Amino acid sequence: MDLRLAPHAVAMSSSEFLSWSGEVMDQLMKYTGAKKAVDRLTAPIWSWAIRNATVPLHFGIACCALEMAAASGPRFDAERLGMIYRSSPRQTEVLLVNGWVTAKLRPDLRRLYEQMAEPRWVIAMGECAISGGPWYDSHNTVQGVDTFIPVDVYIPGCPPRPEAMIDGFMKLHKKITKEMKGTFLND
Amino acid sequence: MERIGLAPGGKTGEVLAQDIAQKFPQLVTITKATHNRLYAKVDKAALVPLCSYMKDNLDFEHVTCVGGVDWLEEKKMQVVYHITSYANKVTAELVVDLPRDQPEVDSITPLWGGANWHERETWDMFGIVFVGHPKLERLLNPAGTEVFPFRKDFVSGRRV
Amino acid sequence: MAEMWLNMGPQHPMTHGLWNLRVKVDGETMTEAEPVIGYLHRGWEKITENRKFTQIIPMADRLCYGASMSWSHLYCLTMENLMEVEVPERAKWIRTIVLEAQRIGSHLMWLAALGTDLGSYTVFLYPVRERELFLDLMQNLCGARMTYNYPRIGGVRNDVPANFERDFTRVLNHFEKRLTDYEALCDQSTIFRMRMEDVGYLSAEKAKNLGVTGPNLRGSGVDYDVRRDDPYEMYDQVDWKVCVEKTCDAYARYRVKMDEMRESCNIIRQCIKRMKPGAIRVKPPRTAPKGKTGWAHVEDPRGEGFMYVIGNGDDRPYRLKVRSPIFVTVSAAPEMLVGYKIADVPAIMGSVDMCLGETDR
Repeated sequence: MDLRLAPHAVAMSSSEFLSWSGEVMDQLMKYTGAKKAVDRLTAPIWSWAIRNATVPLHFGIACCALEMAAASGPRFDAERLGMIYRSSPRQTEVLLVNGWVTAKLRPDLRRLYEQMAEPRWVIAMGECAISGGPWYDSHNTVQGVDTFIPVDVYIPGCPPRPEAMIDGFMKLHKKITKEMKGTFLND
Repeated sequence: MERIGLAPGGKTGEVLAQDIAQKFPQLVTITKATHNRLYAKVDKAALVPLCSYMKDNLDFEHVTCVGGVDWLEEKKMQVVYHITSYANKVTAELVVDLPRDQPEVDSITPLWGGANWHERETWDMFGIVFVGHPKLERLLNPAGTEVFPFRKDFVSGRRV
Repeated sequence: MAEMWLNMGPQHPMTHGLWNLRVKVDGETMTEAEPVIGYLHRGWEKITENRKFTQIIPMADRLCYGASMSWSHLYCLTMENLMEVEVPERAKWIRTIVLEAQRIGSHLMWLAALGTDLGSYTVFLYPVRERELFLDLMQNLCGARMTYNYPRIGGVRNDVPANFERDFTRVLNHFEKRLTDYEALCDQSTIFRMRMEDVGYLSAEKAKNLGVTGPNLRGSGVDYDVRRDDPYEMYDQVDWKVCVEKTCDAYARYRVKMDEMRESCNIIRQCIKRMKPGAIRVKPPRTAPKGKTGWAHVEDPRGEGFMYVIGNGDDRPYRLKVRSPIFVTVSAAPEMLVGYKIADVPAIMGSVDMCLGETDR
């Protein structure tokens, strides 16, 4: 940054002035330590907000989809923990892969993942999504969803019980808290 | 003992077997017949005449299943038809042998719409061509698959 | 108006499971429909050729996860036909009970899915709540909620737990009252009736010709049920009736399934009363003769399930062919859909009870 431009600030065009002043503020906050302070203060707020809106995509693939449905039923009531399913990938943060992924599904799943807005997470639920599971020698099954999209949380089980699925979401919440995703003034 | 499953006024499998054996003496071999089961080996040429006879005269109205079998050592393929009669409560199993290097058989989809996807799947998996089928395309495997995965010489393994 | 193709799926709230319905619409009226399946195909039949007979039972559970007991039972029944094993009487009674409990569980899941499809969230919540009771019963019996691995070739894995009769009777008493509630929720709801009645017409001739089976066939007025007409297990020993509706529309298919749940309760009650102590399992042969074939068909909650097996001379099958009821019913979907509005798709396809695990295999 060129602070020597300060005397000429009056003669700048408006866009030049905006970018210059923005940079000045940035540098000031960085060198005085104000930035760190603001980050420390706001990151918990942001991550709290993000982890309370981890909306999973309403996308049932196989057996685990029934446990997903059971989890949102009255006994387990996952809605109280913020797991409200939305049907459009644009509105969701969590891709819950709950079943085996086949060669025919793979491009569609990849596309769904790319349609989701950042920040986004992927949960691999059940053995099939983790590693291919019982279909390890199939000619058409992808051996694990992490071969083509990054996975954040693995929930083992065949199929996992709804409690396990809710626990997986709690683990994801912890991960979001640790990551401090939403630092206010990012470099 | 009262025969369970026999409809009032319906024909037993034995009666139907006699009927078929009279109608197709050379090309159809009845291997076994009980009161509600019927097993037959059918020559390729006689399949569609037999099926239309069964449909029109013997009240077989439902195709339960059509499936292929690959006999690698015997160098033949088989198509196994299971056809059920709701009126007589009899299920017939028809086995058709085909040469392995040119597996072709006439389609029964024009007779029973229920055979449509079974035949399409059998082509998809075994490469058995059903002549006269309305749409012989990939059904379960992704479009563009170049192998017939259920053949015995295709070794299933990690491919994807 | 210009016609256009519309994709519903693979990710679409209407598709329970994973499939793609391509419809050609003229304005809002469907003029053509083409289901695309195969998104869950994993070559089940090929994989089983590399597994031992006992290893296939848990895999058969995962054919249709909504009704896994029904499929693993069908597999065991097929193998018993192949190996000519006679199952002890007590095992048959237990199997009949769990099959009917599974039928209720499966139909409840279908009703829940239909509820969300039609925008009635209460109809989702209530059946899921009662389904948990049946899952608890199954869990007491075999230790798992959904994939039970319970039937064995030649019997069942273990005898019933303590207080089995009492628990079942309690749950059934509770459930039959609840069933009246669901009927009040659905049958007396004007919106539900308007969406379900007079859509998805499938005539009896068409249904028979297209191979539609099970509740969907009986909704078209065809009086056929494998349980009665080709009885297996103990269905010929108990007194029950086949539920048939004549109106051939989506509402008729819904009615058949609701009546079947009540009949299932009836069957379970009789079985519990008539069950006697005894052996639950016989030892089957370890291998099957080469080239010998066997087949069986059962009344799955969704239709006629069928398996055909060929022995290989060792402890693995040479070929195992599965006939899935929904595989054929989906192929008949264009017949039900064409001519109706695009907004009727959830009601029509919801009424046939889709399960794609068994369809794609």
